[in-house]
Amino acid sequence: MLSIKNLTASINGTPVLKGIDLEIKAGEIHAIMGPNGSGKSTLGKVLVGHPAYEVTGGEVLYEGRNLFELAADERARAGIFMGFQHPIEVPGVSNAAFLRLAYNKKAEAEGRDELDPLEFDDFIHEKIKLVAMKEEFLDRSLNEGFSGGEKKRNEILQMAVLEPKLAILDELDSGLDIDALRVLGDAVNKLQRPDRALLIITHFPRILETIQPQFVHVLSGGRILKSAGKELATELEDRGYDWVLEEAAAGGAR
Amino acid sequence: MSSTLNVVTSQEYKYGFVTDIEADSVAPGLNEDVIRFISAKKGEPDWLLEFRLKAYRHWLTMTEPDWAKVAYPKPDFQKIVYYSAPRPKKPQYASMDEVDPELRRTFEKLGVPIHEQEALAGVAVDVVFDSVSVTTTYREKLATVGIIFCSFSEAVKSHPDLVKQYLGSVVPSSDNFYAALNSAVFTDGSFVYIPKGVACPMDLSTYFRINNKESGQFERTLIVAEEGASVSYLEGCTAPQFDTNQLHAAVVELVALDRASIKYSTVQNWYAGDKDGVGGIFNFVTKRGLCKGKGSHISWTQVETGSAITWKYPSCVLLGDDSIGEFYSVALTNHKQQADTGTKMIHIGRNTKSTIISKGISAGDSSNSYRGLVKVQPKAEGARNFSQCDSMLIGQSCSASTFPYIEVQNRSARVEHEATTSKIGEEQLLYFQQRGIPAEEAISMIINGFCKDVFRELPMEFAVEATKLLSLKLEGSVG
Ligand SMILES: Nc1ncnc2c1ncn2[C@@H]1O[C@H](COP(=O)(O)OP(=O)(O)OP(=O)(O)O)[C@@H](O)[C@H]1O
Ligand SMILES: [Mg+2]
Repeated sequence: MLSIKNLTASINGTPVLKGIDLEIKAGEIHAIMGPNGSGKSTLGKVLVGHPAYEVTGGEVLYEGRNLFELAADERARAGIFMGFQHPIEVPGVSNAAFLRLAYNKKAEAEGRDELDPLEFDDFIHEKIKLVAMKEEFLDRSLNEGFSGGEKKRNEILQMAVLEPKLAILDELDSGLDIDALRVLGDAVNKLQRPDRALLIITHFPRILETIQPQFVHVLSGGRILKSAGKELATELEDRGYDWVLEEAAAGGAR
Repeated sequence: MSSTLNVVTSQEYKYGFVTDIEADSVAPGLNEDVIRFISAKKGEPDWLLEFRLKAYRHWLTMTEPDWAKVAYPKPDFQKIVYYSAPRPKKPQYASMDEVDPELRRTFEKLGVPIHEQEALAGVAVDVVFDSVSVTTTYREKLATVGIIFCSFSEAVKSHPDLVKQYLGSVVPSSDNFYAALNSAVFTDGSFVYIPKGVACPMDLSTYFRINNKESGQFERTLIVAEEGASVSYLEGCTAPQFDTNQLHAAVVELVALDRASIKYSTVQNWYAGDKDGVGGIFNFVTKRGLCKGKGSHISWTQVETGSAITWKYPSCVLLGDDSIGEFYSVALTNHKQQADTGTKMIHIGRNTKSTIISKGISAGDSSNSYRGLVKVQPKAEGARNFSQCDSMLIGQSCSASTFPYIEVQNRSARVEHEATTSKIGEEQLLYFQQRGIPAEEAISMIINGFCKDVFRELPMEFAVEATKLLSLKLEGSVG
């Protein structure tokens, strides 16, 4: 589904990604962990087409197509979704109107029927149950004044509405209370299908107990230093990142 | 950034065409003879000629104001044609069918709802074409409840006492440079009178259009609402494309007596000049409402999107105790447009209240300033004002400024001012795009969200029009 080869990218002339290789197949769940500032969010933003990041080298194929030939909104309609670490607030734009427009843009691109406000109302009521969101949030301005956890819930609601093929969830778990973590984790699991894939960016193994990855990668200093199975997450929690860095340095010296 | 938010708007002015109508004009230039010509042509009473001449003599002593944050070549007042009128084939029109077909086509291209269907939709349209009102619909129906809605010239003939009583009572002829000029040379406009206790059964609407090249347009509008009366008045306009700047200096006066309410809404879309700032309308307008009576209420709502230069401060003088003044404004500038707009709220009576909501949107190389005065006079016990001035920037080369002036001379007054500046930044845009929404639609949605507090004050169909207009004006603002 997604094939990243030797990807390098910089922001304001500073290199942040320094050669990423990552292969994600349909049906897989991958987790990326790593120290603060290591480039995890950057990787996600580069993949969704954030204009501030400059791709300086490498290649990314999404379903066999060169990802960088698609504009950000085309990538989204082609099925790539990112749940942001810090979702932005948009005053005056109703959450429901935003969700409906996003849904209809995708429906249009896929040749499906668009939903009018009444049809969408029925549709969205099913979706908010999935993420246990209160109805009143639909009428509020998009993310405006939402608490950190409410914003994350709204991100997963959007994911549920758009049903992406590849969802990149950047620190979904930060800011979530215990119940919310379980509810949203379950929701993400319910949305997962054999033809879909997940890339979970996190600092904590806890969420990976609900959303169980087959692969865990350690990203540090703009490179993936180690990839292993799910058990790596717990090991990282116990031992921190230093040993991975040391191991990698030794490997590099060899 | 540059790829997504590269602000190069290529939208051409949609209404750019010229109607060929034999104009009945005076030679360019201004002197007392020209004023006498205008007055004679319109068969005006002596007191009105005197009003004009007095204004002209005062105007001669004044200089053009330069405090606004706008830069432009000063108009040459001797090059302006002060009177031009489409020559009617017959003296009166019994119906629209008799109106010059050329003119009707112009209205159709503009989408002016002058046809019966639109009239049936509940809008009475008083069309000002160049300077003379061509037709007025629904006037008879309004007349049955005693409402007068007609051209200013007609009002001078049919209701001279009312005109004489209120003309210049809110905006004195010596008020400012452009108001004085207007008072001297105004050719036509609208007159509305709502009698005591009458709620006007429909929105009254006027479409203005500047047509004759190099003819300045000097509209005069006077709206009087008697005790307990109420009216909602809509003004909308478009103009054809020209290379020479056209001056527009209108004066609008509103008078609200005890418990009367006047709501005045404007959607302004005059030609703004091309991408390089060539051509476009100079819009120097004086709009003021007098809340004369106790508990009276005047509300201005404006959506300003056109003109090369906008200089406009719809104001309220809150004279009556418990009176209320409101100003809701969206001003959008793009390319080389310059707007300096805002309001004045003058609290004179006790327990007077005012609300100011201003939303400025700048794109391209434009400059957008809010300038507002809140003045609480010594006797305005318990006066309250709330002002909110928000600016939104699209792209890197535009600018927004806020100039709030607050003068409070009564200790019991409460004046609150809030201001914010935001950018449609790449983060916001990316968020929309990441959900599959193309940049243009994203901008339009963000802008409409930003303007929501103002749009909800507009009559429904106007709000729809305004929403479309903003998107149209920003088309191409993202690359
Ligand atoms: N606009 C920017 N200008 C300069 N540096 C930036 C900018 N955006 C990100 N960076 C830098 O890029 C590096 C990677 O940031 P990124 O957000 O990808 O880290 P992260 O791995 O997601 O960290 P965290 O775990 O704290 O979320 C950081 O050093 C950050 O400071
Ligand atoms: Mg991050």
